[in-house]
Amino acid sequence: MFEIGGKILKSRLFVGTGKLPDYSLIEKMYYEAGVEVFAVAVRRIGPNTRHTRNVLEYIPKDAVVMVNTSGAQDHREAVKIAMIGRELTNSDWVKVEIEKDTKYLFPDGFETLKACEILVKEGFKVFPYIYPDLNLAKELEQIGVEAVMPLGSPIGTNKGIGCEVLLKPIINEVKIPVIIDAGIGRPSHAAQAMEMGADAVLINTAIATSADPLRMAMAFAKAVEAGRLAFEVGILKEHEYAQASSPLEDFIGG
Amino acid sequence: MNGFLKEAEKLIKEYKDYVPSHKEVCRILEKEFLTKEDLAKLLNVSSKEDIMLMAKKAQKLTRENFGKVVLLYAPLYIANYCQNGCVYCGFSYSKNYKREKLSFEEIENELEKMKEEGIDSVIILTGEDRINSSFEYIEKACSIATEFMSEVSIEVYPLYEEEYRRLSNIGVVGITIYQETYQKDNYQKLHPFGPKKDFEFRLNAPERALKAGFHEACVGPLLGLSEPRKDVLCAILHAEHLLEKFPKAEISISFPRFRSAGTDFVPSYTVSDREFIKFLVIARLYLPRVGIVLSTRESPLLRDALLDVCITKMSAGSKTTVGGYAKEKDEDAGAQFEVEDRRSVSEVVDVIIKKGLRPEFTNWVKGVKGI
Repeated sequence: MFEIGGKILKSRLFVGTGKLPDYSLIEKMYYEAGVEVFAVAVRRIGPNTRHTRNVLEYIPKDAVVMVNTSGAQDHREAVKIAMIGRELTNSDWVKVEIEKDTKYLFPDGFETLKACEILVKEGFKVFPYIYPDLNLAKELEQIGVEAVMPLGSPIGTNKGIGCEVLLKPIINEVKIPVIIDAGIGRPSHAAQAMEMGADAVLINTAIATSADPLRMAMAFAKAVEAGRLAFEVGILKEHEYAQASSPLEDFIGG
Repeated sequence: MNGFLKEAEKLIKEYKDYVPSHKEVCRILEKEFLTKEDLAKLLNVSSKEDIMLMAKKAQKLTRENFGKVVLLYAPLYIANYCQNGCVYCGFSYSKNYKREKLSFEEIENELEKMKEEGIDSVIILTGEDRINSSFEYIEKACSIATEFMSEVSIEVYPLYEEEYRRLSNIGVVGITIYQETYQKDNYQKLHPFGPKKDFEFRLNAPERALKAGFHEACVGPLLGLSEPRKDVLCAILHAEHLLEKFPKAEISISFPRFRSAGTDFVPSYTVSDREFIKFLVIARLYLPRVGIVLSTRESPLLRDALLDVCITKMSAGSKTTVGGYAKEKDEDAGAQFEVEDRRSVSEVVDVIIKKGLRPEFTNWVKGVKGI
């Protein structure tokens, strides 16, 4: 159990829906993998048509919709998309994702900070997607965001936790939850993020584009749980040399 | 502006006869980002084995970057008046057949019919005639379309920046404009008269549109008009140039192959299925985040096969005659080109789902676009 954005959640695995082959998987993930938070790109919340249904129809009513501003290129666009998203979904959780290029999809920290300032004042529960930048994370904490979402490695790359040395200070220093977002490609990467002390992870590509998204979501759910449990117990430190563990020590020392 | 054309020229010259070994193809595929030299080399690959390897990596890149989603759209031809003498085109000025232009009421009927079939993303097309299909006419048509569809794009004659801005302001998000061929000399021969003769004005159209606020641009050549490898290389570098200049924009690329359109024109080059597949795959390898669009010019079998590899957007249930949706019309009479894939939207949707992909009609919802 953990508290975030004014909600008590059991699962620390958040899932993005944009790349899924079939929205009906959302309900299955909720019931079978225990996923409670689903990120939804506002730009794609289309109306029902003869051939496609609105993604919102597939999200169980007790699950949390995290509105995603992807597609926004500056703070004004992000704020507008968030407003539209809140109206469409009735959810005040917003993941602020602002990218200035479509090649790498790197977050723009400057614009993100400006958007978050406005959205916090507008009463949103704000979850900014950022570089692993401690200073930015602390500033965001100051203005009242619910959590920070630093990237593990660039979006969609499946490269895992590529910047542990930058993520660790954020986990250590900020008091709000830290959700590792982007780049996690394997359940073992997710477990690693949780062992480091992250509060949750958000996965999209690795689940959605796998051969069996539901079973992969279940694998991630288990890995997240295992990683968290290990963190809570306390991971033993690695040692350069084997440590003596026998009473022999006393004799030598004596 | 034309720096990328010069670059393409140089690369083609340098690697004209350079066929990379299987080992070198593998080495190139191991790279995260290909160089321009790699791109030029891969265009000369012909072995089935190497193309299959390239396709495998292209598939991986497509899924990583676009997920299991395919966007669907349909074209709406609202007028076929044209002042150009394009020697290969069914809409050409010198071609003697009935010219038509839909009234605004007819446009509404067409859109209603398209909507009934489940289409929610439309491209508005006209011939190139500023008198009979004036900018104001196109503007009004787009304005009507935005009331029906989640997404409206245009494939009309090149406009001025201010005109693109006006369209962007009413919610038009995308422009498709084919350069036909990037080889200027040949371009002039193929377009002997009419406004389309202006090579640069056409080439710069996507830049004007993106500068004016459009979110998306799709570019490409019409394969067969000139040496295809050269046109493909130019188009890929054109897309890259647009990405560099407008990093926020979504750029797509498409390689329509020439198809007969009731003219006597015989293209100088034919592009086999193998070559065609290779070109699409190479575009994906070099530009992993660029959209790749496939039209109904291609056969259902080929379209279905490519869906698994690199296609991110395709047309479905297309009618290429003016007023082809609401009116019962002979599809072959008066079309700009022959449609190969005549399946309905439902049939295309079924295939996409069976392949484990999600058909999607919305890229930018109303209200979000135009911001």
